[in-house]
Amino acid sequence: MKQKNTPVQKPSLFFVNKDKEALFSKKNRALLSDPMDDNNPITVQVLGICSALAITVQLKPAIVMSISVLVVMAASNVIISLLRNLIPNRIRIIVQLVVVAAMVVLVDQVLKAFAYDVYKELSIFIGLIITNCIVMGRLEAFALANTPWKSFLDGIGNAAGYGFILIVVAFFRELLGSGKLFGYQVVPDALYAMGYENNGLMLLSPMALITVGLFIWVQRSRNRKLIEKN
Amino acid sequence: MEAYINLFVKSIFIENMIFAYFLGMCSYLAVSKTVKTAVGLGFAVIFVLAITVPINFLLDTYLLKPGALAWLGADYASIDLSFLSFIMFIAVIASMVQLVEMIVEKFAPALYGALGIFLPLIAVNCAILGGSLFMQQKDFGGVLESGVYGLGSGIGWFLAIIAIAAIREKITYSNVPAPLKGLGITFIITGLMAIGFMSFMGIKL
Repeated sequence: MKQKNTPVQKPSLFFVNKDKEALFSKKNRALLSDPMDDNNPITVQVLGICSALAITVQLKPAIVMSISVLVVMAASNVIISLLRNLIPNRIRIIVQLVVVAAMVVLVDQVLKAFAYDVYKELSIFIGLIITNCIVMGRLEAFALANTPWKSFLDGIGNAAGYGFILIVVAFFRELLGSGKLFGYQVVPDALYAMGYENNGLMLLSPMALITVGLFIWVQRSRNRKLIEKN
Repeated sequence: MEAYINLFVKSIFIENMIFAYFLGMCSYLAVSKTVKTAVGLGFAVIFVLAITVPINFLLDTYLLKPGALAWLGADYASIDLSFLSFIMFIAVIASMVQLVEMIVEKFAPALYGALGIFLPLIAVNCAILGGSLFMQQKDFGGVLESGVYGLGSGIGWFLAIIAIAAIREKITYSNVPAPLKGLGITFIITGLMAIGFMSFMGIKL
């Protein structure tokens, strides 16, 4: 008789393969893709709205902000997930804040050194990534209960969903408000000659709110299961 | 005296945390379903802002600013610790919030139950950290001035959340297009209110 085969343990990479789940299994891919639409952090989970509205007048700061949030979220999700069994429950918020704050200081100093003009433009909003509810919300809801690799994917996915909204809103605001994209004029002069005018209202902050509101309208008309009861 | 009143009015209306800077929007949207909980959260925010901004002002002046350590001796005058300000500010805020949480739990258990998860989340309310960061940017002259600014911004936030909660209570009876219900219409109303608040911008104080 043959001996029973003992399952061969593959060397685990970054303790991911413990439960023998493929690195990009269906479940893990969902972690990345869900936040783009069905579970978007801004339009469905209502997280991280403050910065999404304040820095979307132009595309460039919006993209820099998205990348900063992506870095902070991925890094802090992994760190908290590694520490999740060591953190006492009562002081977890302070621990999370310190980890996030440390990450934000790193991003802040890097931006100050390599992209000073954007850094000036974003002013206090880089610091406000610390209190961006998106970061804390995902740490609380996900990283405290999941493995580092999954938390990493969750961080990337949610930050990408956040960045997606930021870029869409910034795109429309810059295009309609100043006729430019990335600071270059895209609306042809001929159109201005025919009497087209930039809509200055789009540059004002209230229009960011209304643009996001309209975005939600479009999204929920397409995806009717997201509709709220009242 | 007049300067303080000006600053107070300015921080409530002209530089309203929500309508001018969109700070603290997360809890503003999430807790504004009924006026009662909105009032509770609003008071908590006023209290925390009015305390943390002056404390952080003292920290900034005597520890963090370039040259702030001069009181330790001439050798320390060249030290610039301002890169530490995020961590210091957030530590002060987190501990103050913990304190408020304990006080509310002891003296108003009903309110504590109603606010639920949002009390600890005041720590991550952008309006609180935003108040301290604006304080740092504005270079206030003294503790009193920063205290008035903190109190004013808190009251501004309080007014905004009460207003939207009242509107949302009424709007449940209106016929809103289904996909806009809830979050969508709240965004648009807030946008319209913000346009209204822009009329305060013309006031010269």
